[in-house]
Amino acid sequence: MAKKVALIQGNTACALGAVYAGCNFFGGYPITPSTEVAEVLSEELPKVGGKFMQMEDEIAAMASIIGASLAGAKALTATSGPGVSLKQELIGYACIAEVPCVIINVMRGGPSTGMPTGPGQSDVQQAKWGTHGDHATIALVPASIQEIFTETVRAFNLAEKYRMPVQVLFDEIVGHMREPITFPEPGELEIINRTAPTVAPKDYKPYDTSFGDVPPLAAFGSEYRFHVTGLNKAQDGFPTTKAEYVDAEERRQVRKVESPENAAAIESNEEYLCDDAEVVVFAYGSTSRSARYAVNELRKEGIKAGLFRPITLWPFPEKRISALGKQAKAIVVPEMNLGQMILEVERVTKGTCAVAGVNRVDGDPLNPGEIMKKVKEVM
Amino acid sequence: MAKRYEIRFSGAGGQGLITAGIILAEAAAIIEGKFAAQSQSYGPEARGGASKSEVIISDAPIDYPKATIVDACLAMTQESADKYANGIKPGGVLLLDTDFVKNEPKGDFKIYKMPITRTAKEDLGREIVANVVALGAMIALTGVVSREAGEKAVLAKVPAAFLDLNKKAYNLGFEKIKAQM
Amino acid sequence: MSYDYDKWLRPGKLPHIWCPGCGHGIVMKGLIRALDICGLEKKNTAIVSGIGCASRLPGYIDANTLHTAHGRAAAFATGVKMAKPEMTVICCGGDGDGTAIGGNHFIHACRRNIDMTYVLMNNHIYGMTGGQFSPCTPTGAKASTTPYGNPDPIFDISKLAIGAGATFVARTTAFHATQIDKLIAEGIKHKGMAIIEVVDDCPTTYGRRNKFRSVIDMMKVLKETAVPVAAAAKMTADQLEGKILTGVLYKEDKPEYCEQYAKVIAKAQGA
Repeated sequence: MAKKVALIQGNTACALGAVYAGCNFFGGYPITPSTEVAEVLSEELPKVGGKFMQMEDEIAAMASIIGASLAGAKALTATSGPGVSLKQELIGYACIAEVPCVIINVMRGGPSTGMPTGPGQSDVQQAKWGTHGDHATIALVPASIQEIFTETVRAFNLAEKYRMPVQVLFDEIVGHMREPITFPEPGELEIINRTAPTVAPKDYKPYDTSFGDVPPLAAFGSEYRFHVTGLNKAQDGFPTTKAEYVDAEERRQVRKVESPENAAAIESNEEYLCDDAEVVVFAYGSTSRSARYAVNELRKEGIKAGLFRPITLWPFPEKRISALGKQAKAIVVPEMNLGQMILEVERVTKGTCAVAGVNRVDGDPLNPGEIMKKVKEVM
Repeated sequence: MAKRYEIRFSGAGGQGLITAGIILAEAAAIIEGKFAAQSQSYGPEARGGASKSEVIISDAPIDYPKATIVDACLAMTQESADKYANGIKPGGVLLLDTDFVKNEPKGDFKIYKMPITRTAKEDLGREIVANVVALGAMIALTGVVSREAGEKAVLAKVPAAFLDLNKKAYNLGFEKIKAQM
Repeated sequence: MSYDYDKWLRPGKLPHIWCPGCGHGIVMKGLIRALDICGLEKKNTAIVSGIGCASRLPGYIDANTLHTAHGRAAAFATGVKMAKPEMTVICCGGDGDGTAIGGNHFIHACRRNIDMTYVLMNNHIYGMTGGQFSPCTPTGAKASTTPYGNPDPIFDISKLAIGAGATFVARTTAFHATQIDKLIAEGIKHKGMAIIEVVDDCPTTYGRRNKFRSVIDMMKVLKETAVPVAAAAKMTADQLEGKILTGVLYKEDKPEYCEQYAKVIAKAQGA
């Protein structure tokens, strides 16, 4: 049987990907350019017995998905710019309390109200550092409608596997454009659910590290009763200020994402013509599509250009970028911001190659010609 | 090398340009199995204000999803005609809705003219199908998808009660332009 | 008669953090008696709080407990309740938490009439941060941030809840300990959003600054200013000046949110 193909917006693909992943709770607040995610889910979730809540504000939306997740739901929120800023408080809560949930950020121009209907990529460092305190971050940056679907599924899987909030960032261009998508059959994509406890209820500790860096999570309303707080806590979930507990928990929560082996499992990159590349274009999201076009044109002109496209933006692909920095003469970083991920490329390459940005913040996408020009400049 | 074809539908919010773009992209991608990407930009106004919809159709995966320099352009307001005329490839085509565009832009492209909105209003009795008239005309002008694929895509998109009206609108637009070619 | 509070207390979590003379402990005991009156099962009970002294209450109770962020209890609790409507969900917290930073969540939880019970301990002050004025600090009172007397008017929490759409609103005080459990129990049994305002005392950061010589003085004020609604009906406006009405202030049957949403699901599924 032929698979179902449709021409849909990125935001619709995101909503349908969430349903495929088993999402059964959405808490949101209307905001351009992410609103279609909520609109589609308001229709689709009740069909599968799920719940759609339009909350009173962005903070409440984030709060509701954490609450729902603790009661066992697979929960999602979607927002943009100002909404992401408002959610930072409780993204931090989900980090410290280790509650699986997915946050969609359809990026627009900023700061503040900025340009609601224009694209931007200026939230990529906020995704890492937006909430206060040390914490690990997983952020995914799909570049096509098909990939928005599959990366939304992967975001749920990572959230459940690592017991934490996972952010999916795409910009207004891919959020609102329409492309054909081939829907995966049920069972075709792997679906991961959180590890439930196996110990006797009286022995359950919500942060029990004897099971590894990601402790099993029970659900409210089950045989397991437990306490959750945003305070630094011990393994039993109760607040503590004891230095050894606080230190161990903070380090574990970062290690579960950033240890070399965990980071390698979370990383996902696409390399195009990088093997012999003298100039590597590091580009993500919709900008990577301009970059691929540029790389093809440059190759026609005899310039050995390649594209490195992170699909997982955080944790940052340190090892590969470090290696490419030694291989290539230069790395060009086009971004719809004034230079954010270029800071990571510079940090990781440590001066082994030239690093140059191409930046645009006027609401128009970076076009291939701008990227080609910069590549030729650095050659 | 992949053949990439770019079309822009431009005018004002409320003229149905985004829908026209979506139908064309569906005709290409869903019915003809090509690669297609449709994107749009619009202002904060739901009605009025500038609006444009761009469709890229290719026989290979589409990298850059926005128009670079278009093969064909529809302009349904004077403002959009003035703004986008210089974004047309040398030798490309520009279709003007003469109900709204009084001054023809100059350039290295071929201009076709049609009272699109009036055709919808007077010949079909419904101004609302002006976008479908325009779509029929653009498909006739460009041949980027077949006449049949375009019609099929239109009929798949509209409510059952309006199938006949939209079929007429599409074919009227198609034939009126064919007669000029 | 002795009452066995231990059955709902988490072993090893006492002593609590509250100061001697604080009314929050009285409210917690009232809540425990109410849980018992309602015959609730621990596994199906969730207690959700925000931040502040009163919000530490859930940590002591042996149930599913969620100590959230400042002001956010009602919004987290809404998520819990929607995900598992069969659970009994109780929010608790203070006046600053619930009506200032959490005011928006509070009024919208009332508006939805979602089946939860919110025990709001109104001690007129931000206690945990050291006694700054809250939306419930009386005009003219001293707080650490009103050294010249509070210029702000106050929120009447119960009126706010009624205006926002809560379908069960009751008020009592920390002095009226035996009424606390009855009102909370009635709130839990009520299908819809129940607000139980317990006017409470903070001797450490409020009493001390406002010329209360002792906790006894503060309790006396709670006793003397409280007027049961039935008695108030026979009093004049002059007689009611400076008094607070206690008992069930408002009760109404209205469609409950989870039930309404169940209808949405049925409709979406073509029932």
